[in-house]
Amino acid sequence: MTTEEIVEILEAESKTGSILGIDEESTPTAILVEPESILNVCKILFEKEELFFDLLECITGLDNGVEENTLEVIYHLYSVPFDHKIALKVKLERGDKSNTARIESVTSLWKAADWMERETYDLLGIHFENHPDLRRILLPADWKGHPLRKDYSDEEYYHGIKILY
Amino acid sequence: MGLLDQKFGQGGIIVTKVDDVINWARLSSMWPMGFGLACCAIEMMSTYASGYDLDRFGVIPRASPRQSDVMIVAGTVTFKMADRVRRLYEQMPEPRYVISMGSCSNCGGPYWEHGYHVVKGVDRIIPVDVYVPGCPPRPEALIGGFLKLQQKIREETLMAPTAIEKLLSKENEEVA
Repeated sequence: MTTEEIVEILEAESKTGSILGIDEESTPTAILVEPESILNVCKILFEKEELFFDLLECITGLDNGVEENTLEVIYHLYSVPFDHKIALKVKLERGDKSNTARIESVTSLWKAADWMERETYDLLGIHFENHPDLRRILLPADWKGHPLRKDYSDEEYYHGIKILY
Repeated sequence: MGLLDQKFGQGGIIVTKVDDVINWARLSSMWPMGFGLACCAIEMMSTYASGYDLDRFGVIPRASPRQSDVMIVAGTVTFKMADRVRRLYEQMPEPRYVISMGSCSNCGGPYWEHGYHVVKGVDRIIPVDVYVPGCPPRPEALIGGFLKLQQKIREETLMAPTAIEKLLSKENEEVA
């Protein structure tokens, strides 16, 4: 099934305005999705019989920097029986301390999302709403900040050990 | 029964110094703690294995810090691991020695500038006796580290404990 056909089905099934476009540059071809409707779009991709994206391969987090002021979440999906692939790209506001970047969790569809969303939260500080257990996964629980953010700066000490060289 | 005097009669007596006996015993059975942190640990394991056979120096990995004399810090020490490394070191009985193996545990290695999560040298947590350079060091280099440590132990003495003397001289400097 081609990307155009998948987008056609999605546009017919989902609310208008949830599909923002197609990114031909990325591999596999990516569908740009509006952040509010990510769970709904994923649900269609997962449940629709002719699509049946049963495998969530990867979740990537991306920081576009302070100037663009956006974060991105990229989902790589694969259908084992049909052997077709797709990526979903979602752009989020970077947010600040009082209003952190938020997006709906997809753990209700794919259990695999659990740890991948925790890692994205740990390193980029994106909050996944309705995640069953959103804690840090790599860094220690008492770590401050999210290190893969472009504006992250090292603390001076961690548990009395100097951090900088 | 006369077992003891017969033994003496047959075997003879060796006269030596207390220091030499103790040092010889210590340097002939340096038991490292069996743990590794990263790719250096792979090289350390091959040093233990039959190809390089660290056992010929009396070096056998132990599964508990309470039975170990040497800690080989083989790999990248992250801040998450740092607390654990320090605790394991504190659980080892004295005299205890530390070999820092590889660039990461020597000084942070390739993570020295942008490694937000890496301790820039394990000597920021625990005292190190021997540094083995390399990324990772070859088994020969680790064996070299053990020989260096043996040399260090051979020069120890009960009569003039160098650690205490160093401390005292520091205090004297401060007073002066």
